[in-house]
Amino acid sequence: MSTTVSTRKPGTESSAAGRAGDSIFSGLSLAAGILIFAVLAAVALFLLLQAAPTFGAAPADVTGGKGFFTYIWPLIVGTLIASVIALLIATPIGILVALYISHYAPAKISNPVGYVIDLLAAIPSVIYGAWGATVLAPALVPLFTWLSEHAGFIPFFSGPASQTGKTMFTAGVVLAIMILPIITSMSREIFTQTPKLHEEAALALGATRWEMIRMSVLPFARPGIISSIMLALGRALGETMAVALVLSSGPMIASLLKSGNQTIAAEIALNFPEAYGLRLSELIAAGLVLFLITLVVNMIARAIIARYKEFSGAN
Amino acid sequence: MSTSTTNPGLSPVRQSKLTRGQRPKWLIPVVGLVAVVAGAALAALIGFSVALWALFAAVIFLIAGPVAVGLIEGSRAGADSLMTFLVYAAFLLAVIPLISVIWTVLANGVPGLTSNMLLTSMNGITGFQDNKADAPGDVMGGAYHAIVGTVSITFWATLMSVPVGLLTAIYLVEYSQGGWLGKAITFFVDVMTGIPSIVAGLFAAALFGMIFGPSTRTGFVAAVALTVLMIPTVVKNTEEMLRIVPNELREASYALGVRKWRTIIKVVIPTAISGIASGVTLAIARVIGETAPLLVTAGFATAINWNTFSGWMTTLPTFIFYQIMNPTSPTNPDASLQRAWAAALILIIIVMLLNLVARLVAKAFAPKTAGR
Repeated sequence: MSTTVSTRKPGTESSAAGRAGDSIFSGLSLAAGILIFAVLAAVALFLLLQAAPTFGAAPADVTGGKGFFTYIWPLIVGTLIASVIALLIATPIGILVALYISHYAPAKISNPVGYVIDLLAAIPSVIYGAWGATVLAPALVPLFTWLSEHAGFIPFFSGPASQTGKTMFTAGVVLAIMILPIITSMSREIFTQTPKLHEEAALALGATRWEMIRMSVLPFARPGIISSIMLALGRALGETMAVALVLSSGPMIASLLKSGNQTIAAEIALNFPEAYGLRLSELIAAGLVLFLITLVVNMIARAIIARYKEFSGAN
Repeated sequence: MSTSTTNPGLSPVRQSKLTRGQRPKWLIPVVGLVAVVAGAALAALIGFSVALWALFAAVIFLIAGPVAVGLIEGSRAGADSLMTFLVYAAFLLAVIPLISVIWTVLANGVPGLTSNMLLTSMNGITGFQDNKADAPGDVMGGAYHAIVGTVSITFWATLMSVPVGLLTAIYLVEYSQGGWLGKAITFFVDVMTGIPSIVAGLFAAALFGMIFGPSTRTGFVAAVALTVLMIPTVVKNTEEMLRIVPNELREASYALGVRKWRTIIKVVIPTAISGIASGVTLAIARVIGETAPLLVTAGFATAINWNTFSGWMTTLPTFIFYQIMNPTSPTNPDASLQRAWAAALILIIIVMLLNLVARLVAKAFAPKTAGR
């Protein structure tokens, strides 16, 4: 190296090779970047091409016999129900756990605890599904029975409750456990980024720890929390195995304590292996709908993050 | 505080009793004990169970604790202690499923972890053999073919996604310089992160279905699906690692007359290699447990198939799924369930090992420049 530096002559043979290397390398990395576009475009394109026969088919030929919309509508509703249950459970717990790691736990154990929560995310979804079906579902049956007896006047809890526990509610709980680490790890990261001066100023003014968190940490972290919830929603919408294993599916019903309902992802996973012809393209069309829903949710989440980055001055 | 400043006469009294107006140290343990006892009594009234007991004790404690603190120290301290207890309760609540999942897998999986499980496939195993098996050790058939499938499909997915992911990250950090293309790629990588795994599987199935005829299912189709899922993870992790390489290192290298591409290969990547390697390992750990895309792309096999490019393949997650959903012997599913849980145990061990390896790799290759 030192020789090239001391006798720097432009146009020597080593520098010509180097220039070629430079352009090859930058070209390769640019190509890799563009490949990402290509892949994403291909995902949309091939799903669209393969799904096309469904949209042109006679309504009577589509499963259910009343056209694609009638077929997909209950599935969309089921997907949304499961995700909403999961979010309602996971959001408060996830944020509180993040607060525990960032502000409550002793410094020595907060790191291992964060690692344990990340382990929750590492467990494969099929294992959550198997666990939900064999352990959680039977364990929830007494709760379902109690709810249907005492709160049965609410349509969501109307009985008689399922005796296997394989219901939408159980699926929602399993999904909640699966998306909890997403909410926790993202919120934790933002909580720890709160300016130390804000926190100490609040404490110095005599605020209790909760008042400090409410006045300095939460306002700072609000956009981050919202986007973490949106990302978790995206994950919950597309989650397949937990629902496929836990829920015993059926037509759309309001009660969450009876077997019934189905989500898009689980419908595809359960029926695709035996599907052919129009049924195949119907399922791919369902996948396209799911893709669009999660795309919108994720784009909103990313937009919130981007806005927050521009205005907060945190970076 | 304000009272002591407005009433200076009170301050000597306050100083002599520093702990006045504070809860005694024994308050919280006592409230906890009362909650446990009262919870047990209430649970016994309805019909005793441990879950009910824990629920009642927790609810009583969460109400009584803050009220007691609030009565002694004022409502602000009461609210503070309520939130403290809630935070701790949420943490315990989040850990319970983790322990339960791991315990379930261990308890159900260990008896099935026989040499048959690890070294034989499901080829020729029918309900007949399953019905004959009485003891856990008698169960025939195993997951060898699934382990083979998992390893080869994950290998191909890694082989395809790591170069693309690495180069994309290099482009983003070293070449794009905040240009519109770089921003657009970042955005689409984020969008790709959110693709549901089943949609990635459908994409691969649709792609190969159009080229090689419908219902083309091989291990390679599954590898393509996993690649779509893996690329964004690799890009994100690598990008993060490249960004924390100090700019001084690059500039020092340029100052010595080193070309940009040699700077990247010889200076930037070696500095970040620990983080990149652990990021790749975590990405592998993520896709190795994917089930949904494999259901629609790899088919289902009972025999060993080492050839990723032809024939159906089974991986550990799909093996678990099919053993549970379609037991080999429908009248006697115990043998299938045993195989499923043993496979789940193997899968969890692999995933945990990969996570551990990622941590060790990050430590082992970390640049030895102290002081930063």
